[in-house]
Amino acid sequence: MIAYIIRRIFQAAIVMLAVGLIAFSMFTFVGDPIASMVGQDSTNEQRELIAEKLGLNDPFYIQYAHYLGRMLRGQFGISYRLGVPVTELFKERLPATLELSAVAALFTLVFGIPLGVYTGLHREGWISRFILTISLVGISLPTFLIGILLIFLFGVILGLLPSFGRGEVVQIGFWSSGLFTMSGLKSLIMPSVTLGMFQMTLILRLVRAEMLEVLRTDYIKFARARGLTNRVVNFRHALKNTLVPVMTITGLQIGGLIAFAIITETVFQWPGMGLLFIQAINFVDIPVMSAYLMLVAFFFVLINLIVDLLYYVVDPRLRVERTVGEGSV
Amino acid sequence: MVAVYPGWGELSMVKVLAHSMDGLKRALDSDIFYSFTRSPVVVAAAIVAVVYISASLMAPWVAPHLVFDVKTLNLMDAFTPPAWYADGNMSFLLGTDDQGRDILSTILFGSRVSLLVGFASILLSMVIGVGLGLISGYVGGRVDSFIMRVADIQLAFPAILIALLFNGLARGFLPQGMHEEAALYVLVMAIGLARWVQFARTVRSSTMVEKNKEYVKAARVIGRHPAAIMIQHVLPNVSGPVLVIATISLAIAIILEATLSFLGVGVPATQPSLGTLIRIGNNYLLSGEWWMTLFPSAALIILVLSINLLGDWLRDALNPKLR
Amino acid sequence: MPGNSRSPLLEVKNLKIEFPTRRGTLVAVDDISLHIDAGEVLGVVGESGAGKSLTGMSIIGLLEPPGRIAAGQILLEGRRIDNLSYEMMRKIRGKDIGAIFQDPLTSLNPLFQVGDQLVETIRTHLDLTEAQARKRAIDLFKEVGIPSAEERIDHYPHQFSGGMRQRVVIALALCAEPRLIIADEPTTALDVSIQAQIIELLKRLCREHNNAVMLITHDMGVIAETADRVAVMYAGRIAEIGSAENVILRANHPYTHGLMNSIPAIGHDVEALVQIDGAMPRLTEIPSGCSFNPRCPQSFERCLAERPDLMPVGKSQVACWLFDHDQKEVAVGE
Repeated sequence: MIAYIIRRIFQAAIVMLAVGLIAFSMFTFVGDPIASMVGQDSTNEQRELIAEKLGLNDPFYIQYAHYLGRMLRGQFGISYRLGVPVTELFKERLPATLELSAVAALFTLVFGIPLGVYTGLHREGWISRFILTISLVGISLPTFLIGILLIFLFGVILGLLPSFGRGEVVQIGFWSSGLFTMSGLKSLIMPSVTLGMFQMTLILRLVRAEMLEVLRTDYIKFARARGLTNRVVNFRHALKNTLVPVMTITGLQIGGLIAFAIITETVFQWPGMGLLFIQAINFVDIPVMSAYLMLVAFFFVLINLIVDLLYYVVDPRLRVERTVGEGSV
Repeated sequence: MVAVYPGWGELSMVKVLAHSMDGLKRALDSDIFYSFTRSPVVVAAAIVAVVYISASLMAPWVAPHLVFDVKTLNLMDAFTPPAWYADGNMSFLLGTDDQGRDILSTILFGSRVSLLVGFASILLSMVIGVGLGLISGYVGGRVDSFIMRVADIQLAFPAILIALLFNGLARGFLPQGMHEEAALYVLVMAIGLARWVQFARTVRSSTMVEKNKEYVKAARVIGRHPAAIMIQHVLPNVSGPVLVIATISLAIAIILEATLSFLGVGVPATQPSLGTLIRIGNNYLLSGEWWMTLFPSAALIILVLSINLLGDWLRDALNPKLR
Repeated sequence: MPGNSRSPLLEVKNLKIEFPTRRGTLVAVDDISLHIDAGEVLGVVGESGAGKSLTGMSIIGLLEPPGRIAAGQILLEGRRIDNLSYEMMRKIRGKDIGAIFQDPLTSLNPLFQVGDQLVETIRTHLDLTEAQARKRAIDLFKEVGIPSAEERIDHYPHQFSGGMRQRVVIALALCAEPRLIIADEPTTALDVSIQAQIIELLKRLCREHNNAVMLITHDMGVIAETADRVAVMYAGRIAEIGSAENVILRANHPYTHGLMNSIPAIGHDVEALVQIDGAMPRLTEIPSGCSFNPRCPQSFERCLAERPDLMPVGKSQVACWLFDHDQKEVAVGE
């Protein structure tokens, strides 16, 4: 068990290092690292000083190590565009994105999994076909389009929900939350549905496909041959066997929500990390870009790790590696 | 076209094509056409897709107005609603945008751009993916591990992020002036790079299967370069799955391009795609000129939906397990 | 052990199983009839695709769509069971009729402990508490010969070796004391050395619990050792059915002959292995008349024209025109 955990953490670390390398290369070679640290309007003297301090004359790997060190201490540099430390910007924007992603993830799971199970169990019914058609549309629609159409329907025509922004937010420490106000909650609805829609349809289809496969296995057939009730066969056996392999991919998808938020935030003018990133791309604001990359990678790797550990807990085959009793028959 | 290389013997393009066609023909046997004609939805999707794609590819000749020839535009025509409205105009069937351009024509031209970018990037993905898959499967060992690691890591990140990053980096490298010109190429490369992994994986596993077969060893004995034979035999075998992946990837590429253009980092303003049109229209959504957004949106949906339906059907039809 | 001479435990009458496909309806099992008495072992033997498994599956009500029973009846102790609702059939499964499948590895759910799977089966059919059911499960484990039963009960399927797994499967099938067991190729997936042990186990259990068994297999050796009566199936029909001794030692139908002859006997030298030329026809290409006629060394005109039903020959029943006593010309063959 311990070995497994250590192995996974090790792999996660490798991924972070690899991503860090890319971020660092971007930082150093594409951007102007000096400007990243002191801002773009600085005198030559300041630049010389910083160049020395940053060790820009040092070999590549030493610079890389320093870069990682700075990352770990939360020093991401200074935004070209806004002249403010990136960390400040992140602190301001992160709650918005995290809340949005969390609600979207909830939407995805709460609808995706049960609907997937239903369409897997009732393969032929018209309700299933209907749901599947909707899911096909869901996969075909670009996220931004879903957002626009929702705004058009609920914002412009029906006037029920706000078309942009977060509504009123409540400040709790450094965290600004929209969950505690009516307008905040209303503002969350359309963006989170938009953000979660694509993943939801994906998970729906995945769960359905896996369910169909599981229902065709020998052990399900044997379970029926033993006279177990439909409920037990479907919801005790088939469901468990379906969800376990689906877990990894689901985790991956949820981890990707943070990055997908870029699109949704643009459509709804949601003041989060994604919007910041787009503005950074347009401006070629390297420090923001590379810091964003590291952050997304971190979240992704973290979620992956959690899912892997969960998987370990749930699938007994991973735990006991030897087959006991080979000799005796 | 026959090329003769030492150790490769005659690597005839015709032979490779013939093998691939054979494989394709086998895959498209009567079973599949049967299921094709039995599903009216799929037939409808195919017709729609074909009509739409042909119309937009021939936009310069088919469109009612040559909307991107600045000389023909008249600002007085701007914001005309669709023809069935009281103040509409029959020559502008779906209305006009903020610069007096006919929406129907912009949709046709825009779809053309979307399609061309989509096809080009899929082609790029295929070349990179199939190539890397062949190498990875054939050479094996360290090279294979490395390529697969990279693939795994890349799969971790959403395509949109990779495309955006590539875009941003390209901008960083290119001098300011070249941004507009290079935008199209950058875009195709960005999308192409985002989607190669699926192709690579499939081709890699097929290659690994073929590599262990007897005829490869035999070929080495004869002196024929095994890679030549692999290409001749592996490619036809993967043509089925690659086709399915390509269809799905085409839909995704079109969506990616639309998203990037919508975000403002896609096609240059001189050659708007459907995404650009939607972005422009979005500015006027709240003020009432809904047709500028809705029609391009509908066009995008129809295009992607029909491609997805085709891809879905193709995948079901080619899947031996479900038959 | 042949049971009492009253009505049989299981009766299959004129069973016909069809598969509607887009190329037309295929008949996989065509008008077969057989019976099994309480406590006896009926071996059903034949090549792959002959319809043996389908017959077994339809008896237990697990025929997979689009396959369906097109005609005929299946009676358990005189009651029809082929037309029951799913829920009624479910109650019969496991309790009255049990089943064992070929591959023990895939028959067990890998995510659940074997004890769990046993207890849930026991409690589905018998009104016992959790503790009682668990005790019963442990006893069953001991009975099927699994050592350290109290420990092993909490293990997962992948922690057992192949032979042990099949014992678990057998325990599962027997836990509610069904009177009939459909065993579909129970030893085919096992090592040869283990096969013998499992067969022994099956025989012992059947003796002790007085179970009837429908033993479906293509392995004549297993049949010879275990079966009381044998039914030989070919292309969806029964070619010959009778006591094991008669069918094996005094085969009548040319197909049965061919089957017996093709088994190499240890200890005798042979110059060439005997085989039956050709292959069993696919469902779409079944010949008219007797379906075996293209491969039969003794076929004559009638075989191509009319399909024979089972007719009594000695103490067996054989579906072959060679044995039609009303026939003027009987081809004498050997």
